[in-house]
Amino acid sequence: MTVVPQIAVNVFKESVRDKILYNLVVFAVLLIAVSYLLGQLTAGQDIKIIKDLGLAAIATFGLLIAVFIGIGLVWKEVERKSIYSLLAKPIRRSEFVLGKYCGLVLTLFVNVSVMTLAFYLVLAYMGWRELPAVRAGWPAPATDPAMLEAVVLIFVELLLVTGIALFFSTFSSPFLSASLTLGLWVIGHFNADLRQFETVVNSPVAAWLARGLYYALPNFAAFDIKSQVVYGQPVAAQYIALTVLYGATYLAFVLAAAVTIFSRRDFK
Amino acid sequence: MTPDGESRRASAVVSGAVIALLFAAVVGLQAARERVGTPLASSAETGHLLYVRSPSFVTRAALSYRSVAADIYWIRAIQHYGGTKLSTDRRKQYDLLFPLLDLATSLDPHFNVAYRFGAIFLAEPAPAGPGRPDQAIALLQKGLDSQPERWEFAQDIGFVHYWWEHDYRKAAEWFRRAADMPNAPNWMSGLAAVTLAQGGNRASSRLLWQEMLKDQDAADWIVSQARFRLAQLDALDQIEALERIVMTYTQRSGAAPRAWADVVRAGYLRGIPIDPERHPYRLDPERGRVELDPRSPLNPLPASDQPRPAIRLEAGPSTPLGAGR
Repeated sequence: MTVVPQIAVNVFKESVRDKILYNLVVFAVLLIAVSYLLGQLTAGQDIKIIKDLGLAAIATFGLLIAVFIGIGLVWKEVERKSIYSLLAKPIRRSEFVLGKYCGLVLTLFVNVSVMTLAFYLVLAYMGWRELPAVRAGWPAPATDPAMLEAVVLIFVELLLVTGIALFFSTFSSPFLSASLTLGLWVIGHFNADLRQFETVVNSPVAAWLARGLYYALPNFAAFDIKSQVVYGQPVAAQYIALTVLYGATYLAFVLAAAVTIFSRRDFK
Repeated sequence: MTPDGESRRASAVVSGAVIALLFAAVVGLQAARERVGTPLASSAETGHLLYVRSPSFVTRAALSYRSVAADIYWIRAIQHYGGTKLSTDRRKQYDLLFPLLDLATSLDPHFNVAYRFGAIFLAEPAPAGPGRPDQAIALLQKGLDSQPERWEFAQDIGFVHYWWEHDYRKAAEWFRRAADMPNAPNWMSGLAAVTLAQGGNRASSRLLWQEMLKDQDAADWIVSQARFRLAQLDALDQIEALERIVMTYTQRSGAAPRAWADVVRAGYLRGIPIDPERHPYRLDPERGRVELDPRSPLNPLPASDQPRPAIRLEAGPSTPLGAGR
């Protein structure tokens, strides 16, 4: 199984060559610029808004990378016809798919880690320049380690989004894959509405269908604990563990489906 | 350098010059557009647009970006309030203030500053605000519904009843309710009692603001509001004292003073009296009244709780004037 890490490293190197990591510079500049401007606009709420914005930016940059790189992972090889030479080598198709996936996960890990570091540095600076009396009024310290819980769940969410993008890319075009992945991501935030659908419709079939979708579709809203950590509200370890387990299981399901479809695909 | 290298260098210089020229042209044209004006709606008009007002729709549409969307609506609310307050338009319209605050607090129900500052903005009378204490109370009530343990919201509701509605019974009721909440400061029950016994009394107002000033958790803006209101109360005290001096002068000299200089010359004052914001008080020689300078930031003062003494002036009309403002 040494093939998977080799493919993964190649994917990572390719993303570096494609200047994907430039987004880190954009992130850092955005955060620093916003931190300066917000102080003038927000009537003392700059630290809260920087936390909101930083976490949202980590999630957004990660989502864009996961979707737009994820959909090209397999498609690019097919389009360049390099898939033929790759599959002619002693590489199983499952190893190819998993290697590609792990490569993008590595890229995402580096991105999220560096963005989180930059985020904490900006917050540390903001906290340092404030008076102790002002800091005492904050609901949570500027560099509250509990925010890492939100980052962990964002990362798990990105792992799942990447898996879904890869799954679609094994059988459809990049445009369709991007649309379907983003569509699922959006629907995944309306999970609570699907759960309550039966209270607003009379049709038992529609209610049953909504309930079925509620269980079947990925619940992306579950990974969002940004508001709680910004206000320093405790998030139960059990909730985080269960959500990570849910994400990992859904991911395993999606990757298994992607490997199965790719293994049966005829490239002739 | 080879001819090939030279031509490449010349080409790079030309490209650089063209790029710089085009950029300068873009900047120049933008400046020209600014001078000419635009047929599009002005920023003042577009600033009063709010396309989506349904909190439940916005909350759903924001997906996992609710906090950021709340921040954006909060910043818009501040911009709307501050921009309207500072505008030279005589008809100051704060019509978007409540919807913006409603959206911000629906997207982020723990946005405590939006409730508390928002209530201050909403209750402020025209032209400094929309003068809607009812909306201020509704916003704070919404905060209390989402966080029933926060005594600050109950205190703020009491405060709106006290300061803007002059309903001291309700104010005392809310202060009492705040006092019964967890972590409420000890002085809250005392405030409730004082409000009930001496509602509207300037001393009880002063106590209210002094406690707000001492509040460690209060945001800068609330602290500066407390300082401002205390300065207004000081000004009311000073105006009363000055009017008493003017009355004494009038009674002893048999004529009302025409200017502060008369009072100073008679030895009642050491100089022209100034308000806590260092603007000279104005003396109305016709009515014998002392008022703030129109340029003083302490304007408008709250209604005085003390009946102001009637002054009979030789130079003015013979009827007693102005019992209260």
